[in-house]
Amino acid sequence: MRKNILIWIIALVLVAVVSVAGTAYFVGGGPKKKLVVSTTTSLYDTGLLDAIEDRFEEKYSADLYFISVGTGLSIIHAQRGDADMIMVHAPSMELTFLEEGYGTCRKILAYNFFAIVGPKVDPANIKDPSPLQALSKIVDAGRRENAKWVSRGDDSGTHIKEKELWTAAGFDWALIREEEWYVEAGSGMGKTLQVADNLDAYTLADMGTYLKYYKDGIITLKTLVTQGEELLNVYSAIAGNLVRHPHINFEDAITFIKFLISEEGQEIISNFGKDVYGQSLFYPAVNLLKQNTDPTIVQWIKNYAFFDGYECPPEYLSDHPELYT
Amino acid sequence: MWEFLANPILQITFRSLQISGTATLLSALWGLPLGVAIGIKTFPGKQLVKGVFNALLGLPTVALGLILYLLFSKSGALGFLQLFPSPQAIIIGQAILVTPIIVSLTTSAVESIDPDVKDLAKTLGASDTEASVAVLRESMGGVVLAIIASFNRAIAELGVALAVGANLRGRTQVLTTVIAMEINRGNIEYSIQLTIILLAIVFSITILTNLLQRRIK
Repeated sequence: MRKNILIWIIALVLVAVVSVAGTAYFVGGGPKKKLVVSTTTSLYDTGLLDAIEDRFEEKYSADLYFISVGTGLSIIHAQRGDADMIMVHAPSMELTFLEEGYGTCRKILAYNFFAIVGPKVDPANIKDPSPLQALSKIVDAGRRENAKWVSRGDDSGTHIKEKELWTAAGFDWALIREEEWYVEAGSGMGKTLQVADNLDAYTLADMGTYLKYYKDGIITLKTLVTQGEELLNVYSAIAGNLVRHPHINFEDAITFIKFLISEEGQEIISNFGKDVYGQSLFYPAVNLLKQNTDPTIVQWIKNYAFFDGYECPPEYLSDHPELYT
Repeated sequence: MWEFLANPILQITFRSLQISGTATLLSALWGLPLGVAIGIKTFPGKQLVKGVFNALLGLPTVALGLILYLLFSKSGALGFLQLFPSPQAIIIGQAILVTPIIVSLTTSAVESIDPDVKDLAKTLGASDTEASVAVLRESMGGVVLAIIASFNRAIAELGVALAVGANLRGRTQVLTTVIAMEINRGNIEYSIQLTIILLAIVFSITILTNLLQRRIK
């Protein structure tokens, strides 16, 4: 009996040692410094960040960790000091984040357009140049029980955009969300697209995730409305604030932001997805804004994603004006 | 009063109770007879059957969720049933999930009672079914435990509910899926409230059954 207990204890100790050592081995503890980036799912799930990570880690000694969540949780991570920087796409929330003193050195990295996608038969007949008219038609068709709308419903950047679109189209989102044709998925973009596909419903999607799911044959929804200022989607990076969280890896966060806005970083963003999807998923924004190469788009970006005429208001620059020259 | 009933937290809680309760009931319907049968009968391969059910006790919910999603989704083999996303799909999934619990625990309970009970019942002129019922009554403690454990596993699981229910507001949201979503949205406080409700349900049901069982004895 006593012998059995001894063997059992030895086994237990062995298992404990092996598992702790194994975890420590995999979790890291190398000489590299960790840089934790909390990021929106649309950047991560498309694989863009993996491509960027490889090129960045070749050149610099920081070890990138991406946490892929919605814009809402990204911001919470940074507020709590769990992330050194964020990459998100919800200008209204970004402004609050800066104003509350959690973020510094905001840089606009890229843009693309959201798309209203829906079933091939298009029961609400929304093939129309204006996104807002399309939404009105969906509401009409929905109330006639001819169409359904699936919303992310998760406070992500895409969900915030959707709410802004309903307001712009003249609807009270708090009221229409209670209607029968309006379905809230409370999930990521991928799951929401799958739900919309199964319900033959319309939804607002970021092009990156949509194309990935469409090309992989997971969904059959078609892009119906893809043009218009209202559908503009702007991605930014924001570093944390050393004053709030002295322990964060601020130095590497700035290095990473500089890499993202460098010629090399912008080129990775620009070329990403061309080989697989036949088109870019994200368009680089840095040179566009600097040289004003496409005044219409620049004006749209300024209307939508600038704060008081600034990419990052001067009080949040945190001694890195070189990012903006 | 009606406004109170329209409270989203209450609705989600009721939906959770209803879905997991139905799932438990369903699995009890086929699981109890199966468990009793395996417990009192002797047949070739009995150990194998018991082994299979014991192994399925540890079925990961994400795995079951994925399998059911692939079956129920529009392009899946059972896509014509239009079960994804729906509460019915969650009920089916949870019923499958807890069946091994009902069967295994019932089998053990039945096996642990005196084999004389069945023989005695039979000598007193009981039919096979009547004898089974007598055995079931004798092992009531184990059976109740099986049902409670099943319900608790069902109401506490996330993988199946998320995969085949998709957490649709006002339609398929249950406590666990809303907790997971609210954590993602950064609403930690709301998640904590829902977590307390979930824990309260699980613990109070367990305590109630314990009290009831003591009363019966």
